[in-house]
Amino acid sequence: MSAPMKKCHVSATVNGEPREFLCEPTQVLSDILRNDLDLTGTKEGCTTGDCGACSVMLDGALVCSCLVLAAEVEGSEIETVEGVAKDGVLHPVQEKLLEHAALQCGICTPGIVVAAKALLEQNPDPSEEETRYWLAGNLCRCTGYDKIIRAVMDAGAAMRGE
Amino acid sequence: MTSVQYAAPTSLAEAAQVLAGAEAPKLLAGGTDLLVQMKLGLRQPGLIVDIKKIPELKALGLDASGLSLGAAVPGAVVTANAELQRLYPGFVEALGLIGSSQVQGRCSAGGNLCNSSPAADSVPAMIALGAVCRIVGPAGERRVPVEDFNTGPGSNCLAPDEILVALEFPRPAPRSSDAYLRFIPRTEMDIAVAGAGVSLSLAEDGTCIAARVAIGAVGPRAIPVPAAADALVGTTLDDAALDAAAAAASAAATPITDKRGTVEYRKKVVGVLVRRAVLIAKSRIEEQA
Amino acid sequence: MTSDMKVKTQFRHVGTRPVRPDGLDKVTGRAQYGADRNLQGQVYGHIVRSPHAHARIKSIDFSAAEKLPGVVATMSAADLPEPGDRLIPGAEVEMKLKNVSPVIMARDKVLYHSQAVAAVAATSPRIAAEAAALVKVEYEVLPHVLDMHAALADDAPLLHEDNFTVGMDPPPEKPSNVSVYVAMAKGDVEQGFAEADIVLERTVTLPMCHQAYIEPHACVAKVDENGKVDIWCTTQGQFMVRVLTAEVTGIPQKDIKVTPSEIGGGFGGKTTVYIEPVAAVLAKKAGRPVKIVMSREEVFRASGPVSDSETRVKIGVKKDGTITAIDSDMLMNTGAYSASAMFAGVLFGTAPYKCENIRSIGREVLTNKPRVWAYRAPGAPQALTAVECVVNELAAELGMDPIDLRLQNAVEEGDIPLYGVPFQPVGLKECLEKVKEHPNYQVPLGPNQGRGVACAFWINAGMQSSASIHVAPDGGISVQTGNPDIGGSRASMALMAAEVLGVPVETVRPAVMDTDSIGYCDGTGGSRTTLATGGAVIQAAEKLVEELRRRAAASWQVDIEDVAWLDGKAVERCGIGIDELIEGSSPIKDGAKVLTLAELAATAGNTGGPLTAVASLHAHNAAPAFAVNACDVEVDPETGRTTVLRYTCAQDVGKAIHPAYVEGQLQGGAVQGIGWALNEEYLWDENGVLDNAGLLDYRIPVASDLPMIDTIIVEEPNIMHPFGVRGVGEAPICPPVPAVTTAVNNAAGILLYDLPLSPPKVLAAIDERD
Repeated sequence: MSAPMKKCHVSATVNGEPREFLCEPTQVLSDILRNDLDLTGTKEGCTTGDCGACSVMLDGALVCSCLVLAAEVEGSEIETVEGVAKDGVLHPVQEKLLEHAALQCGICTPGIVVAAKALLEQNPDPSEEETRYWLAGNLCRCTGYDKIIRAVMDAGAAMRGE
Repeated sequence: MTSVQYAAPTSLAEAAQVLAGAEAPKLLAGGTDLLVQMKLGLRQPGLIVDIKKIPELKALGLDASGLSLGAAVPGAVVTANAELQRLYPGFVEALGLIGSSQVQGRCSAGGNLCNSSPAADSVPAMIALGAVCRIVGPAGERRVPVEDFNTGPGSNCLAPDEILVALEFPRPAPRSSDAYLRFIPRTEMDIAVAGAGVSLSLAEDGTCIAARVAIGAVGPRAIPVPAAADALVGTTLDDAALDAAAAAASAAATPITDKRGTVEYRKKVVGVLVRRAVLIAKSRIEEQA
Repeated sequence: MTSDMKVKTQFRHVGTRPVRPDGLDKVTGRAQYGADRNLQGQVYGHIVRSPHAHARIKSIDFSAAEKLPGVVATMSAADLPEPGDRLIPGAEVEMKLKNVSPVIMARDKVLYHSQAVAAVAATSPRIAAEAAALVKVEYEVLPHVLDMHAALADDAPLLHEDNFTVGMDPPPEKPSNVSVYVAMAKGDVEQGFAEADIVLERTVTLPMCHQAYIEPHACVAKVDENGKVDIWCTTQGQFMVRVLTAEVTGIPQKDIKVTPSEIGGGFGGKTTVYIEPVAAVLAKKAGRPVKIVMSREEVFRASGPVSDSETRVKIGVKKDGTITAIDSDMLMNTGAYSASAMFAGVLFGTAPYKCENIRSIGREVLTNKPRVWAYRAPGAPQALTAVECVVNELAAELGMDPIDLRLQNAVEEGDIPLYGVPFQPVGLKECLEKVKEHPNYQVPLGPNQGRGVACAFWINAGMQSSASIHVAPDGGISVQTGNPDIGGSRASMALMAAEVLGVPVETVRPAVMDTDSIGYCDGTGGSRTTLATGGAVIQAAEKLVEELRRRAAASWQVDIEDVAWLDGKAVERCGIGIDELIEGSSPIKDGAKVLTLAELAATAGNTGGPLTAVASLHAHNAAPAFAVNACDVEVDPETGRTTVLRYTCAQDVGKAIHPAYVEGQLQGGAVQGIGWALNEEYLWDENGVLDNAGLLDYRIPVASDLPMIDTIIVEEPNIMHPFGVRGVGEAPICPPVPAVTTAVNNAAGILLYDLPLSPPKVLAAIDERD
């Protein structure tokens, strides 16, 4: 009973940097990101994949990091919210969320940033409906989503040079 | 909690070795069900076997005979494939309905089937298309129609040392299409209260010459409804035929009352969904022309 | 402050929309929330919870848990002082310790499923969870009761044998499950109904629901060798955490420091404690910092959800539309301990209407559900929904537009609501008119579509606040308060300070301080922060300006009255009248002396020392908010599913300090109300166990459920506040519940008042109609 679980050794690229960590086989990626790699921008609102606050990019796919075993990411590339602004320059999604006042408490914001960036990378000009459905897995309890949707669509426009 | 182990075999042979004699092994595909069940204390595997590094499970083959879809191919890969969208629109939309954009990055048709939830969205759609499971185990390979795979809520015909490798879909006949609809209270992020998958083939004059109907979340597992299909075949999908198909689906449903819906509601709504799905599949065929 | 104070109406900074000062940290992931801090040597707390809805605790045995390697401390209610009949001193509202302490740790009896009964601390979260499962608690299971009517029955299981209903005259002789009775009245209701041409009575029920803030409760506590406690936590009030932790644990407040993290939503739900006292006790026993993070499941099962309610309302109206009488009788479920907001419901449900004859009764009922807690305008939606739905039906019966009927009866300055304080100027009529003129209200409805309108009142709180302002030697401004920023309040504080000081808002750095670093502040709640804490910021800034003028006057050797403060500078008036000095276009006389803030700051060491101003106040200048919403929906007649098509909300906010965040409050409140009306509800099984304790089946609205939420800001200044502020946050959740309910009923041609209007219920009502 409760012998320390044998840990797995994992190497992965996180926000462009090589990182290594040890994890128990049942530990999830969000736990390791937050508590071992000090990347607390990834939030945990439910740990069951229902809120989207822990959204990260895993080998180019948008995922809930609470639904990924840390042991699975051996050799993978991970981008968290901390890796979205590059060289001190905010991503247009971040800029527009600020400009539109599209956050109140801000706990869902990191997940929205990661998910919205992923949307605009695969669909540079999403409709309001597409934006709403894409972000349906990112729960926000403060804003009623209005300003978030406007900000993300406006970020798309900015990225298109409009 | 006893000690848990993790393995990520890179071939079916290695997977077979890992599974042989393992105590309480559990296969991990996208993990969008398994990890939640572990978190909620509903499952405590002794060995987690990540099958996503096995090439056959991530393969996607499309040829004149049809589609072979690796059991662990993520939803997002399927929904982004225009050819699959064209050939199997109902199945693609059913798979795309599972969870959020985030879940789509991980979930798979194989995982959805093996989780054996009666409410799995992709399962009625696969049954409607006549999809078949390709299963590999120590005794070799076997094929099981999707409609026979699940045996009840949370249970299926896989032996502990068997792996669902791929799902095989016949290529649709000309003038055929499919559709899937589910009912949820919100627009996203819910488990189906009822679901309906339909595939149809129409003659040039609009007469339905073949149909398959399956319903989900209204019984211990997804239910094929031949009576609904029979009500459609030979008709022009007029109101009377649609009503008969809907009634057959409602009659075939054996739902329970739970936090997501009542018996009465589910029986009624599943008929509505069948009717609407038939019309969508029909309009898709008409658009092909 | 008195009503003859001068309310500022011309602003240079207030009313603009700068990027919030904490925004950058929030979009980059740097902002630290409750669970984001880890301390050296930290261990992890896990709470043992009751598997029964009602049971006597016979024994608690920690021996197996303590044997598990890695377990460092255990605790139960035996480690806490007996609450007795103690009232919590200085609490924002009168609160008995015996209604707080057992929610932290049950004593003798558990009264709801998942109530905390014990806790363990261990070196990893996994070991702590395993240890918690090894704590053996022996229970004697008792019959439980969840439903209010069942709890009112003579033979109902009694939750508290010492509960004698408060508010009855004469006091009851027998204990019961009714904790509080309130009856308020004005005029003569029977006479009012006799004068009416139409009288309509309806009963409206609202389900128990949850605030569903996205951030679960989280804290980390450490205790040093001298017994000094240091708590980091997510909360709406660090001073509230201090007093409640002190009262529950017996540790004096002087030994407790509480630092609030960034807060990931609260909506009232974080105006109390659940885990902080447990972490403090475990940390003291373990000699190591203890971190506790509640799971989402624990949040749903064992924090403070919102009362379910049953409100019967009868309203009489004359043919000309005059409301002659309102009679309201509500049952409010408080869960296991008395804590509901029934008073607000009883007092405020009728506040939008001039009606002379009102009777309003409420009974608070104890059941084996979690103790309820505040949720945005607590108590008001449960009462207002019933009133507004009946008003909508009356309008239809009279053949009147529902906005016109409300305009005819809407309160205005001088009217006296049930709670007895006459209204000063209020913006209800303007809200009604603006919604009526809005393009959304003109759109013709199609088949299966319906429109609903509702108005609402919320009182807005004042209470106690402190602020301090410090000037750095280069002229930079620090504005410090003690109110956690839950929706952008630092942006508002910076704007108000910038306004008074005449400096660019970017030079103001607002911060939320720990309990050792700022004067006492009541929590962030009651829509009070912008009004009261903002009022303290304004006062402190005014004091600072006076000090700056005094120092300039001294250096120029003139009288302070000869120095004006304009655009962030001390300016010699040279005889120019004070009224002629207008910021931004001041007619400074040629040759007049000027000292900038930076110059005054640089020399502060020689002119009297650091430039600092503090202000503390008890705000008695709160003024109410009125809100009006209109909503269009479409109902699928075959599935009963509702789609919200259009949504418009107007609210009188006094002065919008940062309009974008005001709009955000209106939009967020509207969507929470839509959720409450359509899908959100606690579902229980027969054992009193919550059946949907997760965000999958507790269905809050998602982005694809909604249209854009159009807002109309009405600014009828609060004449008692220097900037005219009223407060914003709570009123927005009140009107959507009845507006959506009426819209659904109109769309489907049904009369369904058993909320939420979930698809199965709507479909059943449609079938019944046909």
